[in-house]
Amino acid sequence: MNFEFSEDQNMIREQARGFLAKHASSEKVREILDTERRYDESLWQGIAELGWTAAAIPEAYGGLALGHLSLCVIAEELGRSLAPVPFSSSIYQVAEALLDAGTEAQKQTCLPKLATGEWIGTFACSEGNTDPLETQTVYRDGRLYGTKRPVTDGDIADIAIVTATIENQGSNSSELTLFLVHLDSAGVERQPISSLDPTRASALLSFNGVKAEPLGATGTGAAIVNRVWNRAAVLLAFEQLGGAQACLEMSRQYAMDRFAFGRPIASLQAIKHKLADMYTAIELLRSNALYAAWALSVDDDELPLAAATARVAGIQTYYQASKENMQTHGGMGFTWEFDCHLHYRRAHELALCVGNESHWKRRMVAALKETRNGF
Amino acid sequence: MDFNDTPSEAKFRAQVRAWLKQHATPKINGVAAKRKLPEAQQLQAAKHWQKKIYDAGWACITWPKAYGGRGGTQMELVIWREEVADYDELDGFFTIGHGMCGPALMAYATEEQKRHLLPRLASGEDVWCQLFSEPGAGSDVAALKTRADPCGNGWKVNGQKVWTSGAHFADYGIVLCRTDPTVPKHQGITFFFIDMKQEGVTAQPIKQADGGAHFNEVFFNDAEIPDIQRLGEVGGGWKGALTVLMSERMAVGSLQATGFPELLSLVQRLPLEDGFAIDNAAVADKLADWYVKHAGLKHTNSRILSAISRGAPPGPEASIGKLVAAPMNQDINSYAVQLLGMNGMVTDPELAEKQAHFQKEMLFAPGIRLAGGTDEVMRNIIAEQVLGMPQDKRDDKDVPFNEVPVGV
Ligand SMILES: Cc1cc2nc3c(=O)[nH]c(=O)nc-3n(C[C@H](O)[C@H](O)[C@H](O)COP(=O)(O)OP(=O)(O)OC[C@H]3O[C@@H](n4cnc5c(N)ncnc54)[C@H](O)[C@@H]3O)c2cc1C
Repeated sequence: MNFEFSEDQNMIREQARGFLAKHASSEKVREILDTERRYDESLWQGIAELGWTAAAIPEAYGGLALGHLSLCVIAEELGRSLAPVPFSSSIYQVAEALLDAGTEAQKQTCLPKLATGEWIGTFACSEGNTDPLETQTVYRDGRLYGTKRPVTDGDIADIAIVTATIENQGSNSSELTLFLVHLDSAGVERQPISSLDPTRASALLSFNGVKAEPLGATGTGAAIVNRVWNRAAVLLAFEQLGGAQACLEMSRQYAMDRFAFGRPIASLQAIKHKLADMYTAIELLRSNALYAAWALSVDDDELPLAAATARVAGIQTYYQASKENMQTHGGMGFTWEFDCHLHYRRAHELALCVGNESHWKRRMVAALKETRNGF
Repeated sequence: MDFNDTPSEAKFRAQVRAWLKQHATPKINGVAAKRKLPEAQQLQAAKHWQKKIYDAGWACITWPKAYGGRGGTQMELVIWREEVADYDELDGFFTIGHGMCGPALMAYATEEQKRHLLPRLASGEDVWCQLFSEPGAGSDVAALKTRADPCGNGWKVNGQKVWTSGAHFADYGIVLCRTDPTVPKHQGITFFFIDMKQEGVTAQPIKQADGGAHFNEVFFNDAEIPDIQRLGEVGGGWKGALTVLMSERMAVGSLQATGFPELLSLVQRLPLEDGFAIDNAAVADKLADWYVKHAGLKHTNSRILSAISRGAPPGPEASIGKLVAAPMNQDINSYAVQLLGMNGMVTDPELAEKQAHFQKEMLFAPGIRLAGGTDEVMRNIIAEQVLGMPQDKRDDKDVPFNEVPVGV
């Protein structure tokens, strides 16, 4: 039994934590929060120079081929730090979709640029409906027509993967197909929109007859999104784990330092039990995320179940930790000045970005019905 | 990352499997029938099985050979437990003896006692019990009042213990007694072992809320303990007790039941008004919440085993198992009973679903949340020992025990 990160992976973690403590500190994050800047370009560049964007991309496409376990470790640290960068869109979703379904030419064109961080990718599926895959956008004679919102990192991205249906001589198939779009193409209109988490960019993208090429075969869009989201769910669970752990540490520190009734609030049982429950949920999330990381790294048949479990655990636990962190901080926790609300916001943003909790619970139960493994 | 045995673990597992295949009773349709026997017959079957594995060298795997064990590793013990769980054999009668009393003897008994008593415990010849809790001392077990007063070459014990599992058939017990009531509570306790069949010791089974009677009141009436049965220093009993309690609370490598597998199999075949239960959105939502915890515990166990496999102690995550599993087991079984509709009321095993498994588990579940540290005590332990938060304010701190206020 060797169900732990390796020494090399732990070294990546150490390095990442050190780097982010300096370059994605609270002050740095707040430069994005409180200004019109959409993301931290110099942090993004630093991350790319450290090779994080290239970590899980194969060498043939300019990557470092360190594997997905390394990427999980990085994700955890990104989540802990609240780094305001388009990492999840570009790497967990767009790079993964290209690897899954791209032609050799598409991979050769895009992946090396994503690996160096020169290009940012975004995944444009939602059209403002509760079901993120409900789609009006159409593809007609080589061009896309439609509007997507919200598109995380949509206003700063260079390329987008867009869900649409194909219209042929007036008849429209309901099957989704994915399309690859260069966002500097004619007919693209972008508009920043405000979102729950101002440390992350969000946009409305309109496609008014934009040149696009299919990614993957006609009608395979939903299947590709499913596979890509299984993978992204695991990586996001690590971001949620890092964020939840940060909340627990903030709560603990504040509780030790804050006095009420002549004693640290950390000695009050209601606070102790709250934090013990946070710890317990976080360790369950850590274990679920680790198992999903393993399934991701070897592309095991259990991935759909493991990913859904990690995703639901991530959504529930980051929410729990972020709200109880605010509660533990009292009135201070409800100020803009304290970082508690940044986690509370990020927890909600992450909970929605690749399908919400009930979406993933459905996937989990569907996978439970299929699985032949013992429990 | 992998879930494989090391070559030496794989070899050990193969040996265990081969032996069990030849000697253990298989479950029939996954049912462990021996658990349904009356208690006396279960005890007999358990002793018989324990003797068999002792003779073959599988008993108390981590204990030294000189004391009746195998001299093996913690990981080998885990492998044994995983493999034997597939068979219809009983080991619950020895959990306390092997898990708590044996280690206490190993730490504090004389060499002669160890050579005499430990092999008898390993072979199932003797059953041991743990006499810690009292009417006025449970979570706060250091508030115990059972007295041991010096007399001749030993001690005379008077007082009452309660909730003592298995005392009515136990041969020996480990017992905490107050030997000095004039000092603060932790300092006046001394640890002994006692012969349960001797004069002055009476065990009286208590009927439990679930209808069973596995735990007891135990009365001591001038029961004499020779000083040689003292475990550790006079007044040093709390330290010994802590060692025992920690091994109880952190019993590693064994998954506590969550009830999830049984619930999953129920909802897959149980028809509701609109199809199978698993296809009902409300049921599926609950199932998903519980699976997150069930899988989380299972994979936490793998993390713990990874540490053990490389010879390291388990990390602090080992402290969450009981706190997660015990309340969840209660909720799951209660939910299963509810799902069954009016049929859920029926406990007659001939008529009830799965021979009334869910009803029995639901009725026993409150006890699991209490035994071996309540939910609340487990949270205190996590907060204080894992997160390093301050202890509760204690009104009995530094106060001589006989001046501490008492309630019901
Ligand atoms: C099935 C079963 C088997 C058992 N077997 C044995 C055995 O073999 N040997 C043995 O010695 N004992 C045994 N026990 C006893 C068990 O250890 C105690 O019941 C348990 O420690 C709780 O003590 P108590 O019953 O006195 O409850 P109390 O300690 O009075 O607790 C009552 C309530 O107060 C809460 N509480 C107490 N202290 C705190 C605190 N500091 N912070 C927050 N809440 C608190 C508890 O959580 C609980 O909810 C067994 C119990 C059961 C149910």
